[in-house]
Amino acid sequence: MLGFHGVAGSREAVLGWVLLVVAMIVTLVVSLLVLAGAWRGRTSELLPPQRTGGGLRWIVIGGIIVPTVILAAVFVLTMVTQAAVAAPSAPPTVTVQITGHQWWWEVHYLDRSPSRIAVTANEIHIPVGQPVRFELVTGDVIHSFWIPELGGKTDLIPGQRNVMWLEADSAGVYRGQCGEYCGTQHAKMAMSVIAEPAGKFNQWLVLQRQPAAAPPDPDVAAGERVFASSACALCHTVRGTLAGGRLGPDLTHLAGRRTIAAGMLPNTRGNLAGWIANPQALKPGSLMPVVPLRATELLAVVAFLQSLE
Amino acid sequence: MTTAAAAQRLPVDAGGPGATGAWGMILLIVTEASLFVYLLFSYFYLGSMARGSWPPSGPPELRLALPNTIILLVSSTTMWWADAGIRAGRQGRLRLGLLVTLALGVVFLAIQLAEYRGKQFTPHTNAYGSLFYTITGFHMAHVAVGLIMILVISVRGGLGHFSERRHLAVTNVTWYWHFVDVVWLAVFTSLYLSPRFL
Amino acid sequence: MATTAPAVPAPSLHEKLLRIWETPPGLFGVLATVDHKKIGKRYLATAFLFLLLGGLEAAVMRAQLARPDQHLLTPEAYNQLFSMHGITMIFLYASPILSGFSNYIWPLILGSRDMAFPRLNAFSYWVFLVSGIFLYSSFLIGQAPDRGWFAYAPMTGSTYSPGLNMDFYALGLILLTISTTVGAINFITTLFRLRAPGMSVNRLPIFVWGTLTTSFSMLFALPALTVACVMLYFDRRFGMHFFDASTGGHPMLWQHLFWIFGHPWVYIIVLPAMGLMSDLIPTFCRRPLVGYTYVALATVATGILGFGVWVHHMFSTGLPAMSTDFFSAASMVISIPSAVAVFAWLATIWHGRPVMRTPFLFAAGFIVLFVIGGVSGVVTAAVPFDWQVTDTYFIVAHLHYVLVGINVFPVIAGFYFWLPKMTGRLLDERLGRWNFWTMFIGFNLGFFPMHIAGLLGMPRRVYTYPAGLGWDTVNLISTIGSYLFAIGVLLFLINVFWSLRRGRVAGPNPWDGPTLEWAVSSPPPAYNFALLPTVGSRHPLWEERLNEPGSRSRITEGPALVEGRETLGVSPLDAQANEVLTMPEDSLYPFFLALSLLVTFYGLLTGAWALAIVGGVLVLVMTVGWLWPSAPVEEASP
Repeated sequence: MLGFHGVAGSREAVLGWVLLVVAMIVTLVVSLLVLAGAWRGRTSELLPPQRTGGGLRWIVIGGIIVPTVILAAVFVLTMVTQAAVAAPSAPPTVTVQITGHQWWWEVHYLDRSPSRIAVTANEIHIPVGQPVRFELVTGDVIHSFWIPELGGKTDLIPGQRNVMWLEADSAGVYRGQCGEYCGTQHAKMAMSVIAEPAGKFNQWLVLQRQPAAAPPDPDVAAGERVFASSACALCHTVRGTLAGGRLGPDLTHLAGRRTIAAGMLPNTRGNLAGWIANPQALKPGSLMPVVPLRATELLAVVAFLQSLE
Repeated sequence: MTTAAAAQRLPVDAGGPGATGAWGMILLIVTEASLFVYLLFSYFYLGSMARGSWPPSGPPELRLALPNTIILLVSSTTMWWADAGIRAGRQGRLRLGLLVTLALGVVFLAIQLAEYRGKQFTPHTNAYGSLFYTITGFHMAHVAVGLIMILVISVRGGLGHFSERRHLAVTNVTWYWHFVDVVWLAVFTSLYLSPRFL
Repeated sequence: MATTAPAVPAPSLHEKLLRIWETPPGLFGVLATVDHKKIGKRYLATAFLFLLLGGLEAAVMRAQLARPDQHLLTPEAYNQLFSMHGITMIFLYASPILSGFSNYIWPLILGSRDMAFPRLNAFSYWVFLVSGIFLYSSFLIGQAPDRGWFAYAPMTGSTYSPGLNMDFYALGLILLTISTTVGAINFITTLFRLRAPGMSVNRLPIFVWGTLTTSFSMLFALPALTVACVMLYFDRRFGMHFFDASTGGHPMLWQHLFWIFGHPWVYIIVLPAMGLMSDLIPTFCRRPLVGYTYVALATVATGILGFGVWVHHMFSTGLPAMSTDFFSAASMVISIPSAVAVFAWLATIWHGRPVMRTPFLFAAGFIVLFVIGGVSGVVTAAVPFDWQVTDTYFIVAHLHYVLVGINVFPVIAGFYFWLPKMTGRLLDERLGRWNFWTMFIGFNLGFFPMHIAGLLGMPRRVYTYPAGLGWDTVNLISTIGSYLFAIGVLLFLINVFWSLRRGRVAGPNPWDGPTLEWAVSSPPPAYNFALLPTVGSRHPLWEERLNEPGSRSRITEGPALVEGRETLGVSPLDAQANEVLTMPEDSLYPFFLALSLLVTFYGLLTGAWALAIVGGVLVLVMTVGWLWPSAPVEEASP
């Protein structure tokens, strides 16, 4: 259900549930009035028309006074909630820039010194119990950044940089998905937020800043050569190797991620091989082309990617 | 007196300001005016969102546009003069007024095209260029439609279709022409004058 | 049943008027007729066909979504289907079907002989038809619009949408706005000029108030769509930059223009339907509507406030809180006029003696669905909660409660109510009840679970979803429910076709209704009223029995006007007869003008400029030919 693991999301969810309960009461009352009214005076014949007095009180009370009171209360609650979630309780220490792409998420952990910027994709680690600032931009069309359990959506729109914040109040993996229709594979543009204790998060962040560790294994070295000399490297970056493409996700620490293809498949050897062999079969319309590789090359590339802890 | 008898005494197709045809023209003008409101809204919206200067190439020159504005204003007067003429039953005034209006409208279009030729930007240069040509182009299209209307009623006037009592088409076209004129004032103020003040 | 005698003309007068008004049979008559009743029926049939097409698209989508990770459809096919489903239902069904009812009913309920501009009326229909054909022809080349009915830039630009898909969209909608705009002008002029003498504005049926408000809204709202679509077409075809953020344009410009149009449009497609309910409920409750003035004012107020809420579609775009708060408040305020209408209906039922005929069942169901759609709308007006539910299935549920609840249910009620007037035969009551309960249960079963899917985090416009997120069961229920709903619609069709042959003969006034359309035979003659009536109250056919003080209507006497196609013109507000209007003869120009427009638009679509120019010249020729006086111009009689 929406909301309950995020500080902002909980407030939004409480507002939502209050509204839904009020809505259900109103629906119930009106439905009962329809039924009771229809039952009360029912006839089987079209009787001669007749004007009985009264009825205006219904409109004044039920149509004007009661709705005005309810709406005023709802509006106040809305404003209070909005003020409460407008800014986090403490200034965020971590700023994450999310760039939307058809159909994956590019993630930058911003830092004043460029060498400390960490780049990853589709999986966002955050420290639990701390507000995190998100800056949202897009590389192509409009997307919407949304982690239902933590909070509401904010759109990623060309020509502007939207800002929002999230704070997870308990550790866990929270699924997110693009909230604005963005084309063929909008349905498969998922991500996850991994909220973990601050210490673990910092360790992870330090690792993400590192280039890929030198492959110690001949299979892996062969895979790296194939990767760097084939079309793979035109789109993907693996820092510390010759691959420096910018169109697709940064794969420097791919093996540390839980899923591949924007949250579509668990990150296993089989899935990785299947995905590289034919991304168009799994995610038709994806911008990742089929790269012709011999079976041995494919296995070497998979071994290389699986070494990228 | 029964209603049937009363109906015998009603005028047939009385015309005048409340005529059915006049309602049609006025409502058309209302919706067309909204169209220009949204076009100008777009101009100001993109202007307010612009990062650099707006317009990017500086305010458009007045050298041709200002005299052209005056030409269009004068054409509204001549159109009014033609319409008032036929209301007084004067066929000559109608014909002369329509011809002069037609000529002024054609001159307006010609000058507008001449101004386009001198522009440093095209519709493809940037969003401002797209707005400038689309808004002025929409207005020119309305001028052109107005001119066709005037041409048609000029021919009909020549055939003696209009008289002191029957001139709804002339009145409607006059309304339309005034509308085209007022729209130009709004376009001129927004595109040519407002960048000089805002 | 009715105590007020219907206006049956003397045979000689009947013959004489028929000769004047009846359209000749044959192809010429089919293409040239300007009879508002024929045009109204065409609107209804065509719009209903589009409802079935849109329903078919939905049925395929529901099959795809019945279970997770299905592959019945490719993502591209799904995206075209959901886009065309929205476009079809919103543009080609919901508004035209109401135009159909208004076209057929207005002159009858207003006591006139036709619309103010009968040829424009024919033109309006033909353009609606060709715009539908234009939009649907996109399927022939497999390039139907695929960016949703809302078509957010920049995904609609040539960079991200290189095919013709969105050119069909932009041009098809521009074509349709021509039809809708001239229709609106026609309704407004008809209302202010062609009523029965004595039908002052405080005596108008609420249905008329609904269509009138809607028509004004159209005049102000549609140009925003036209401008947006022209810009989209220019961006795509001529490489302009309106929505291109890298060269000074902005994608938010599209959203503002689209929703400035789009939100008033929601009221445009519900207000006439609500008005229909406001006239139908009193008929079956055997008493006048409680709070007529409140409901009329609420209708107008909704139309006006509808222009002040568009930003509530854009709460998650990062607008400043000041702006979202204003639109949040406005979106809540707009529910008050709706509450007024709901309680007026409730009071009418409570203080009336309701008869459970099928139209009333649909009306009662409508009230319940209206309230559910209304309160879920208020819920989404609360900005922080909207951030969660916007673009989820919660909104899909909400908008279907609004559009099916406040449009489809009243429309079906309207058919049960007025189809006997059009065909002369009643629909079957027993089948009607089955029809209602199947649709009502099917609809709620299909769409209520979508609220839950949305609250569980399921986004809209996804062609599939993974298993294990808790969305499987609700989706399966939605699919089953929506199929049940579809069966309900089929039962309605069966009932219609059955009634055409076997239905009980209706007579002029089968429901003992209060308004003028029930004073003429069913189906009405080509000339509507042999003697043009005069109106003295809101309920011309009930006033004897209500026995209220005030003037009386005259149904069986009045001017016959037999000098040609003539009807009465009245003063705008108090409806005093002030002239006799000569109405136009049948004409082929409207049909050929619409065809010429179609040629032009195919030229624009394909970039075949020669074709576009030929079409444009034809448009000019047809327009001048249309407006050229057909008979020698005579002096107006004194």
